[in-house]
Amino acid sequence: MVDVTPADAIPPAEVAEVELYHPHSWWTKYVFSQDAKVIAIQYSATATAIGMVALVLSWLMRLQLGFPGTFDFITPEAYYQFITMHGMIMVIYLLTALFLGGFGNYLIPLMVGARDMVFPYVNMLSYWIYLLAVLVLVASFFAPGGPTGAGWTLYPPQAIMTGTPGGQDWGIILMLVSLILFIIGFTMGGLNYVVTVLQGRTRGMTLMRMPLTVWGIFTATVMALLAFPALFVACVMMLFDRALGTSFFMPAIVEMGEQLQHGGGSPILFQHLFWFFGHPEVYIVALPAFGIVSDLISTHARKNIFGYRMMVWAIIGIGALSFVVWAHHMYVSGMHPYFGFFFATTTLIIAVPTAIKVYNWVLTLWRGDIHLTIPMLFALAFIVTFVNGGLTGLFLGNVVVDVPLSDTMFVVAHFHMVMGVAPIIVIFGAIYHWYPKVTGRMLDERLGQFHFWVTFLGAYLIFFPMHYIGLMGVPRRYHELTDVTVMTETAHHLNSFISVMALIVGFAQVVFLFNLIWSIRHGREAGGNPWRATTLEWQTPQTPPAHGNFGKELPIVYRWAYDYSVPGAKEDFIPQNMPGTFGTSKEPA
Amino acid sequence: MAIALVLVLIVVGSVLFHFLSPWWWTPIASNWDYIDHTIVITFWITGVVFAAVVLFMAYCVFRFRHREGNRAAYEPESKRLEWWLTVVTAAGVTALLVPGLFVWSQFVNVPRDATEVEVVGQQWQWSFRLPGKDGKLGTSDTRDVTPENPLGVIASDPNGQDDVVVEAADLHLPVGKPVKMLLRSIDVLHDFYVPEFRAKMDMIPGSVTYFWFTPTKTGSFQVLCAELCGQGHPLMHGVVMVDTEQDYLAWLGEQQTFAQLSAPQQTGSADQAPEKTIASGLKVAAKLETVGSR
Repeated sequence: MVDVTPADAIPPAEVAEVELYHPHSWWTKYVFSQDAKVIAIQYSATATAIGMVALVLSWLMRLQLGFPGTFDFITPEAYYQFITMHGMIMVIYLLTALFLGGFGNYLIPLMVGARDMVFPYVNMLSYWIYLLAVLVLVASFFAPGGPTGAGWTLYPPQAIMTGTPGGQDWGIILMLVSLILFIIGFTMGGLNYVVTVLQGRTRGMTLMRMPLTVWGIFTATVMALLAFPALFVACVMMLFDRALGTSFFMPAIVEMGEQLQHGGGSPILFQHLFWFFGHPEVYIVALPAFGIVSDLISTHARKNIFGYRMMVWAIIGIGALSFVVWAHHMYVSGMHPYFGFFFATTTLIIAVPTAIKVYNWVLTLWRGDIHLTIPMLFALAFIVTFVNGGLTGLFLGNVVVDVPLSDTMFVVAHFHMVMGVAPIIVIFGAIYHWYPKVTGRMLDERLGQFHFWVTFLGAYLIFFPMHYIGLMGVPRRYHELTDVTVMTETAHHLNSFISVMALIVGFAQVVFLFNLIWSIRHGREAGGNPWRATTLEWQTPQTPPAHGNFGKELPIVYRWAYDYSVPGAKEDFIPQNMPGTFGTSKEPA
Repeated sequence: MAIALVLVLIVVGSVLFHFLSPWWWTPIASNWDYIDHTIVITFWITGVVFAAVVLFMAYCVFRFRHREGNRAAYEPESKRLEWWLTVVTAAGVTALLVPGLFVWSQFVNVPRDATEVEVVGQQWQWSFRLPGKDGKLGTSDTRDVTPENPLGVIASDPNGQDDVVVEAADLHLPVGKPVKMLLRSIDVLHDFYVPEFRAKMDMIPGSVTYFWFTPTKTGSFQVLCAELCGQGHPLMHGVVMVDTEQDYLAWLGEQQTFAQLSAPQQTGSADQAPEKTIASGLKVAAKLETVGSR
């Protein structure tokens, strides 16, 4: 690929005069806005708010686990409601919504040089349906019987039976309706992100010049559009089983001595549908994090990302492979054991492109000019936690090793490290990185340092030792571990320690929230490009960018996103929209 | 600079924790030490990779930290290095996968001489059924479950008449004999898990799942339910007693067969089953009530 000059063909959406809906009132500017940036902030604020609920729930369940018998109000019923809502909120309503609805909306148009998403009205609807889904979820806390306590995996038959909190009350129904709404809302947004990346790029922004952030979010969105329908049909079928008495997932059952009216259904069918969504979901959360962290490392180490093309292909490869590994969540589910051979092989193969990404991140640090800014610290912390969590995935993915470890605290430690801590640490890094663009001001550095150290070290101290409790054979999803014989006296002390750390790390998030609000008015003025970055969002005429993003004319892209420290160039970064040749740039093509 | 030091400390601390902390698996009591060996191999390979990556990072952060006048190198890619790393990773992954799949093939192929034992899970208790003198378990169906026939054994199947039924009590097994655990549930998903045996498998209403193992140590082992099965889940404990051949036969002699249990004069005797040491479903329900009303 040679440099694309302005004379090249102009795809339709790159024409400068894109029809934008211009707001006429305060309501259409800030509330029912069709500006992707406003929608992004709405998504992020809603996700953060519901995320705080999940944080408080995690404190409550850790209090119960760490100090059993002390807190009388945490009954087994309440405990299962807490873990279920915590998991569901974190995976779907926080991580998915924040990465795709939040970062996707804000960054895709700005980074590819578009004025907005291609379907702004549908984009607005996407947020409002997401908000509705969140409200339905919140409503289940106040419904008779409370929210469902079926575990975030919602496995039937127990999810819709009386022995489970919310099973024969409102809880499970509201949960399923909320998920269905979420998927509808997400599909509207997701189609937007995909089409905008494919059709809305500015002149010269070839696919292989896109920042990896866009590659990550784009691939994750494509995956989500393919994976969520499996969850959608599973929810609809379970809703029918619960409300209409069908038997998609319900075989003949005797419940507490009484024959139920169901018969012939397959509980394991639900698990296949759930994990056909659920495993890609892990990467729907991980790929945007991979993309973002690549850009954080490159920018703050003042060095091009190492092996850009390999990074792009690794993202695509991981995305494709993640659709053929789902049953590694089901090694001990009772499915045909020969499936284990296939799914263990595919699962361990996916480790190869994932490892390549890790190598390329650390090789980007090699001979860099590393600025230990807060975003960079979070990026480094991400590599530690992600490598740790990824490697324990090699235990659980290797079918026979999974047999003793499955359903123990080892699994809890693994997935929290790899898809809880690691992506959230990227979110923090990304917020410290892009906050100046969104608000025009920097987040407070000292509060940021405090937040980083407590979160990183605290989270590691929570989840690293937890693996060993699982290795002892201590099962997960137990309201009390006092009767479990493999749980030794010292392991109980370790559990209490983990709970105390969880409270401390939770407190640090409150400090972060304070920083977010305080710095809007009191932060240091940032200027348009405080990190001296190359990508287009930092080259906007206004900060924060105005509606339409780029003023009168759209930028023209002359180079890839990673021309940092080009030999012979005066500055150590060359913006993508800077015309001319500088030094000896070796853009991979 | 602190970060470089902390990265080193994380590696050193994690390794020390691994070797010095008292938290490790419980002593094994079955033939699945192969699984333990595979875990040890995995710990070594992943541990080396973790230490290498994080220490390399620590070195980079220390060596290439920003100082006035520094400038990063410019090297977009290196085909040779990238392919090398890919090949090494693939080799490492193969070293994990091959022993793993080898042991898995042992795990799924049940030896011919394994005795069948049925486990039936229900909210929130364990029951068991052993084949009688004919060595065969009779067929069963959830639809046939009644208070007198708690496991749903089909009465018309002659193979089932001499089956030994152990309702809501301890299971005994002879040491050193391979057993194939046939797993059933009559309500929701459960999972029969004894940490010392290393093996576990979900129980699905409407299906029969299985795993096999050979108990290698006598003693009493706790059964845990490892698949969320409603609010009584953490209280769904049971006991497996691994006996010498002699003790086992003595225990077996005290048990009642399906035919005995379903004979008219015996109706209701299931309530007085001997050695009822585990929490029965009703006990669990009562305990939940007291917890709830606290």
